[in-house]
Amino acid sequence: MNWKKKSKKPVGVIGAGSFGSAIANILAKNSEVLLFARDSVVVKKIAETKRHRGHTLHKNITPTGDLSHLANTCDIIFPIVPSSSFRDMMQLLSPYLHPYHILIHGTKGLDISLPEGETLSSIDRLERDQIKTMSEVIMDESVVLRIGCLAGPNLAKEMSENQLAATVVASHFKEVIREGGNLLRNEMFQVYGNEDLIGIELAGVLKNVIAIASGAISGLGFGQNAKGLLVSRGMVEMIHLGQAMGGNVQAFLGLAGIGDLVTTCNSTLSRNYTVGHRLAKGEKVAEIINSMDEVAEGVNTVQIAKKFADTYKVRVPITDAIHQVLFEDLTVDEALQQLMKFPYSVDIDFL
Amino acid sequence: MKSQDSGRQKSYKPILEGTKDWPVVQLSKNRKQFVETVIEETFDKICKDNVRRNNLREELETTLYLEKLRIKKNPWLVDPPDDYSFWNTVRQELVELVSKSGSREKEEEILKRIISRYANEIAGNFKKSRYKLAREIIKFGFSKLLNATRVKRFNALFSNEYSLNDKIQITGKAKQLRKLARIGTVVMVPTHFSNLDSILIGWIIHVLGLPAFIYGAGLNLFNIKILAYFMNSLGAYKVDRRKKNPIYLETLKTYSSAAMQEGAHTLFFPGGTRSRSGKIETSLKMGLLGSAMEAQRTIFMNHPNHDGKKLFIVPVTINYNFVLEAPTLIKEYLSIKGQERYYVENDEYSTSYKMLKFLLKFFTKGSDISVSIGRAMDLLGNYVDPKGNSIDAKGRVIDTRDYFMSDGKITVDLQREKEYTRRLSDIIVKEYRKINRVFASHLVAFTAFNIWRKEYLKLDLYDFLRLPEEELMISYDTFKSEFEKVRKVIFKLNKKKQVNVALHLKGELDDVIKTGLENVGMYHSKRPLLLTKDKLIITQDLNTLYYYHNRMAGYELEKKV
Repeated sequence: MNWKKKSKKPVGVIGAGSFGSAIANILAKNSEVLLFARDSVVVKKIAETKRHRGHTLHKNITPTGDLSHLANTCDIIFPIVPSSSFRDMMQLLSPYLHPYHILIHGTKGLDISLPEGETLSSIDRLERDQIKTMSEVIMDESVVLRIGCLAGPNLAKEMSENQLAATVVASHFKEVIREGGNLLRNEMFQVYGNEDLIGIELAGVLKNVIAIASGAISGLGFGQNAKGLLVSRGMVEMIHLGQAMGGNVQAFLGLAGIGDLVTTCNSTLSRNYTVGHRLAKGEKVAEIINSMDEVAEGVNTVQIAKKFADTYKVRVPITDAIHQVLFEDLTVDEALQQLMKFPYSVDIDFL
Repeated sequence: MKSQDSGRQKSYKPILEGTKDWPVVQLSKNRKQFVETVIEETFDKICKDNVRRNNLREELETTLYLEKLRIKKNPWLVDPPDDYSFWNTVRQELVELVSKSGSREKEEEILKRIISRYANEIAGNFKKSRYKLAREIIKFGFSKLLNATRVKRFNALFSNEYSLNDKIQITGKAKQLRKLARIGTVVMVPTHFSNLDSILIGWIIHVLGLPAFIYGAGLNLFNIKILAYFMNSLGAYKVDRRKKNPIYLETLKTYSSAAMQEGAHTLFFPGGTRSRSGKIETSLKMGLLGSAMEAQRTIFMNHPNHDGKKLFIVPVTINYNFVLEAPTLIKEYLSIKGQERYYVENDEYSTSYKMLKFLLKFFTKGSDISVSIGRAMDLLGNYVDPKGNSIDAKGRVIDTRDYFMSDGKITVDLQREKEYTRRLSDIIVKEYRKINRVFASHLVAFTAFNIWRKEYLKLDLYDFLRLPEEELMISYDTFKSEFEKVRKVIFKLNKKKQVNVALHLKGELDDVIKTGLENVGMYHSKRPLLLTKDKLIITQDLNTLYYYHNRMAGYELEKKV
């Protein structure tokens, strides 16, 4: 409604990856933006050229390498860094945060805390309290309570081209949803609110696994029938896992669930999709990951989802298959055959 | 936490000399004005919430309907004689309004009258002299009784060998509590198992040298004349659980919030009613906790110079070997859970006579009680240091005001506060488990029940509880080995600071079991556990055993044994 009104204080974005930069650009239409990058070279480059990762950055964006400056200047901050470095980033940021801050993250991955010396493959069980969504990491590491997340079909490249899109801001606090909406909305970008924070986070996280599978299927040369099959069965799997981890079914049926899933499963722009596609073409995981300049969260998520599903006895055939291809040397072909042999099951069993 | 299982308690000096500076005394001095404020605030709030044309009338009509129902179905002795006529007048006035438009003014007038009636009913009436009298009577009477029964000599009535202090152990953060009561406003939130709790906490507050607290006491207790006499003067305000209409609830919340804003130390049982199952509270009522949240925010708003008082939440658990009401409470719990449509609420203390009889029984027999005082926290569940500063998990000082800030200023956001209240409630519940003090009696009940329950896993709980008691027995040796395992788990939890244990639990295994068996539900006519001559453990009342067993629920002991 009043999205044209500029926020008085600048808004912070932490992480100048392609999604972080895209969000910074959208925010810059309504407000001054401070964009944090870890690398001082990047900060300098952005300041001088106003270009980064293929985006032309809005004139309202000022790069910074100083977290304390960012936290002192901004009340509302969007942390958008890979899940693997999210906790470290929060630990650096935390001393400068106060309970009046609002944090809305845009990271679609999970954090795990294991006992000293253990790894995902060495442990027998992965309990829910060992897995943290990013909002839970923020709670662990800081005094901030007003937390939200961004999720939805938001391919960074399309956003940078100012194409039509929408996103979900999820939070237990209506205030956060309202503020997030005011900051992000413009004539090409719609914002929806959802109060199921965990559900929306999980929807965004779990769809990455299915995106890898989708890339693999198209890499094998299959068509739209196969895609339809995968998207719907993938959805069921996401819902079962999501429920076991504390989300509600509804979250998966909206923009951040089905919306994001359809987009990622059809887009060569998606990193996770690309991983699957190249796997199907016979490349090895290690090669693929090394050659990408940004993280494909799905690879990490598959491992966590698989271990969690084993622990809580959730049936996840697609996740299993992807796990085998990624880490157990099965080819995509073999995995597919195995999937197709999977015993008959009911179409919809979550409603 | 220092244990004081043996030896004498320390005695504490009052933190404020004389009573005239007590917040509660100040409050009662200005009672009339205070009640006026409550009426005005409640009125404004309800009007603001009902701006649309027919809102207010609907609100009034609902209230009228519920009140008439209450008067007809559930009248009490304490109800004012004009109850019927008051609501009848309201009815007539509402009827006259039906055909008229533009009746807002009249509706507001009726609303104000109702609020005023409620506020005056709720308001407590603290009287110094009666407070002192009550205190003396309790102190004198109980300690005499105690001595008479424990020291069996003729002149024992005049002895001072034992005092209430020996009977009631206070553990935990008493000193911190005393410090904080000087610099801020304390909101004490104890677990609730027995009607005795209020009296007990009142006593504890006195022993700790704290000024009197105000607290909401169930209106039903005012049915008992002796209690009514004292409670009227002890800072109690009245809470009528029958009245669930929004106007009443709003008045009640405003009253409690306004009192906290005035700096009156407050006590309420956040679980609402006594725990029927015998479990420590797992969910709390949001209403009163919410009013504390609101009070804190209002204080911050009214004191932009940071000189407003801070509210400190202090969780407390009360641990008994014996809860008089146990058999009735558990019966109610089971019938509610079993979804029986109707159950009769039974009040063991329905007359002064019964109440006295119980107190006599209680104080003359050797069933010890311990009260654990938890670490104080701010409204967001952050622990506070002795100076009242909120400290985060990393040991950094936090300004509690910041939680209520938006864009540089303190704002009113009820949804935000509701979320904060939910969080506070979760934290209090966790804290209860941590400070809960395990007695041998709790553990024997848990062990025995668990052994039997495992034998009949195929039965659902209700069928299991219907088993004839004669069929259930455990050999002492089996029991002992199982008890040892459970105790080990408890010690482990204790090491991790997830539960507190009574000193007597650490003794020789056989002694501990003996203490447990002797004490668990000791005055019930049907004992939950007994040891027979041929060394068998039996029960005379499985339901009551279930009740005492429930005290250990929530630690997932079943899974760990």
